[in-house]
Amino acid sequence: MKAENPEIVAPYDQTPERQPHWRQEFPIDTPQDDYRSRRDFTKLMVITSVAFAVGQAWIVLLSRLRRVRGDAPVKDIAGVDELSVGSAKVFHYPGPTDACLLVRVSERQFVAYGQKCTHLSCPVIPKTEAQRLHCPCHEGSFDLLTGQPLAGPPRRPLPRIFVTIRGNRIYANRVQQGVV
Amino acid sequence: MAVPESNEFFIDPSRCIGCNGCVQACTECDTHKGYSMIQLDYIDQASSPQTVPVVCMHCESPTCAEVCPADAIKRTDDGVVQSARKPRCIACNNCVLACPFGVPKMNTAMHLMMKCDMCYDRTSVGKKPMCASVCPSQALFFGTRDEIERLRPQSRPLNAFKFGAQIIKTKVNMMVPARSTVEHLDVVGALSEPTIGNQLEDGLWPNTFEIAESESESGKS
Repeated sequence: MKAENPEIVAPYDQTPERQPHWRQEFPIDTPQDDYRSRRDFTKLMVITSVAFAVGQAWIVLLSRLRRVRGDAPVKDIAGVDELSVGSAKVFHYPGPTDACLLVRVSERQFVAYGQKCTHLSCPVIPKTEAQRLHCPCHEGSFDLLTGQPLAGPPRRPLPRIFVTIRGNRIYANRVQQGVV
Repeated sequence: MAVPESNEFFIDPSRCIGCNGCVQACTECDTHKGYSMIQLDYIDQASSPQTVPVVCMHCESPTCAEVCPADAIKRTDDGVVQSARKPRCIACNNCVLACPFGVPKMNTAMHLMMKCDMCYDRTSVGKKPMCASVCPSQALFFGTRDEIERLRPQSRPLNAFKFGAQIIKTKVNMMVPARSTVEHLDVVGALSEPTIGNQLEDGLWPNTFEIAESESESGKS
């Protein structure tokens, strides 16, 4: 229904030009609420496109940087005799704050993964009897032998740490890298 | 589809007989999901059987929509204030508390405010709302202004209400006596006035009490 005086808009009894700005952003009438201006649409498209382009460039930049830096240095992490079968040890690789897990799966087999759950970065706990790495935060589970997610919210595998055994010592070589 | 501008809602509470037909019919409307959105209020239940049906008045500046923090209550371009939009409504009850006519109803189970939307599925295709189609005394009348002038020569429609200092104009009309000179209905003021017929009863009640007391006293002595 048209107001008798269409220049005056309640509740402030002001002309549309003198209404606060939010009133134009949140109009009560459906036609104005559904209205999208060409400028708003163009702005949205440009900002989204630029965001995608910057994201792609960022990924390229990261992988370049990684290639330039090369692999992290080999690090001595444990002795073979330190771990009995089924036990685990926390070590830090490649940086001093990157916690990782070394698990002795069998007499001749060791596996190592980054300890951060790929869901929300809680530390995972080895459950060797169930052949799993368990994240208690949201009941996520990873396969002990492959690092693949088995249950719960995580969708990406745990980053693998490649290890070599030389003599009686275990060395961490490099971290398996994902896309980012 | 929109409600034709020629069709208007007219309410005449003096014709209401309190039959509750509108309340039942309202549940039949598809836009209310089986809930009745009309309310039959007693003006002064202690002294009068007079009822008044309360439907949404569809204000020109809907207070419910003004106070909605989720931007969920919208008015279509024919002036009908619709129920809250389900994806937006946060069931905060602001509209329920703010509406001067007490129209919006909160459906807690559905987390949704629903209100009288003038049976939008019916009125938008030229039919009458459910309540007006069943009202036996036509206290709720839906039709053109020509019709109401022809049918009710003693009344005239009025669509301005006063709440304190605020004057609210509505899409729905209230019928007032044709010879009255009021320009708006002072709703808050009317609350403090005695209802029609009460002055007479106020004079009657003390007399009856006095008689009863004197009779009991004489019986004792």
